[in-house]
Amino acid sequence: MMELHADLEAQIGRWRGYVQRRQAISPADVDELEDHLREQIAERQATGLDDEEAFLVAIKRLGNLDAVSREFAREHSDRLWKQLVLVPEDSGAAGAPSWRELAVVLTLAVGAGVAIKAGLAWLGDGAVLARNLGLLVFPFLASYFAWKRRLTARVGAVLLVSFAALAVVLNVYPFAAGGSTEVLAALHAPVVLWLLAGIAYAGGRWRSDSRRMDFVRFTGELAIYFTLLALGGAVLIGLTSAVLQIVGVDLEPVLEDWLLPFAVPGAFVVAAWLVEAKQNVVENIAPVLTRVFTPLTIAMLLAVLAVLAAAGGLTDVDRNLLILMDAILVLVLCLLLYSISARDPLAPPGLFDALQLVMVVAALAVDAVMLTAMLTRIAEFGFSPNKIAALGLNVLLLVHLVRAAWLSVGFLRGRRPFTALERWQTRYLPVYGIWAAAVVVVFPPVFGFA
Amino acid sequence: MHIDKDLVAASATPLVLGILAEGDLYGYAILKRVGELSGGGMQWTDGMLYPLLHRLERLGYVSSSWGMSEAGRRRKHYAITPAGRAALADRQEQWNVVADALRQVWQAAQRPPAAEAGWA
Repeated sequence: MMELHADLEAQIGRWRGYVQRRQAISPADVDELEDHLREQIAERQATGLDDEEAFLVAIKRLGNLDAVSREFAREHSDRLWKQLVLVPEDSGAAGAPSWRELAVVLTLAVGAGVAIKAGLAWLGDGAVLARNLGLLVFPFLASYFAWKRRLTARVGAVLLVSFAALAVVLNVYPFAAGGSTEVLAALHAPVVLWLLAGIAYAGGRWRSDSRRMDFVRFTGELAIYFTLLALGGAVLIGLTSAVLQIVGVDLEPVLEDWLLPFAVPGAFVVAAWLVEAKQNVVENIAPVLTRVFTPLTIAMLLAVLAVLAAAGGLTDVDRNLLILMDAILVLVLCLLLYSISARDPLAPPGLFDALQLVMVVAALAVDAVMLTAMLTRIAEFGFSPNKIAALGLNVLLLVHLVRAAWLSVGFLRGRRPFTALERWQTRYLPVYGIWAAAVVVVFPPVFGFA
Repeated sequence: MHIDKDLVAASATPLVLGILAEGDLYGYAILKRVGELSGGGMQWTDGMLYPLLHRLERLGYVSSSWGMSEAGRRRKHYAITPAGRAALADRQEQWNVVADALRQVWQAAQRPPAAEAGWA
């Protein structure tokens, strides 16, 4: 009964090829469907149908391939993410010709460059510019997504008002020169801006967990693309300036005044477009990168822990060390988020998931040490805006990591699906935005703009 | 008898979970069991079963593992998880309420409106 004839095999082969072209149906799904098809054919043959008839009946029973693949797409929207051919109702501006998109991207990239150049010219290159740096670039990124996702007027208006409100707060507050609330506001404003850009990225559907995960993925890929562009640009600029130097022309003034102010923000916008357009390329790098850097990060965290433990007394820990450690923890968190976003949620728990848990636990240990150090500092020297901001961030990280570790253990023991871990990450993301907004908006008046 | 497709869609999840609660199965066997249970009345589009199974897996209601068929093909087997059993129990209660309400309204509709005659 299982002996199928050459014709039938050829037909099944053609069917397989046809199904495989559907982006939403993975090769493993095609295997599963093929097993189903063959089973159905065998049963039809057993009732007396010939190969041809059995194949036709089985294909018909399987259903309209468009409808089936749309169902697959709905369930596995992450697979489509890399193809940009979303289910019709999500298609947005996918139909726009690519030259028009390129024109929009380049215009926005130049716009960001002009904004930075104008900022340099009118705001000076001091604290005022530092506060406004993000405001000069992020609106252009958000505009690209607003255009690409065809944002509704309401979402667009909300974004505009938020950007404007942030701009007002950052520029109207009478910050004391060189005060720490100013530095804190300048550091936290980009986080708020980034999440606002995320709302534009999600096309206004920021409540959707999968859109949030896409945005995390986007952020990671953007960092990779931007680094690659920066490396390439640095090589080009280095070679050009070396050549010019030999001829006796100094590139540096032009570089500082014109090249960098345009190239850096421009590369940022272009990188965002590249992530959108060429996701396939990075898709293969992301899992590799996370696999390489997770063990390395564990080693780094353990080394840091050992050094901190050996150093003993935590009260006289340098303040800069605490800030650096915060940066390390944020980095670990980014790596965690990025590896979760790059993982196939249906894959069974494996060695790498255990490694990730080790990383989270190591980060938790570091975080606990940091919290103790901070609390002792606060007990000894009293409150300051810096300490409260650092303490708040640490508490947020602690909650995030503890819950992530708990859910990872559940996943590794087969008690919980991976999506529970995924959902925790996406649900927790806005908390950082709220905290950052609080640091920008509430801290300065509370601490007298000091 | 042909069953309305909305009704088929609504009952798909509890039916699949219920079938898996009887024992682990692969896709084709699940559909065969649906056919047996409904006397051939519930016709599913075969291909639609798989996105449904994948969704249940994502929700943690079922787990899957690759094995081999008797013919040596790769075959994916599905098993219900504790969370799936809990979801099934929950669905069962919901369906019981619906079925009970329907039964009462059917009976009321069949009864002659005797009460109203008495009032007249």
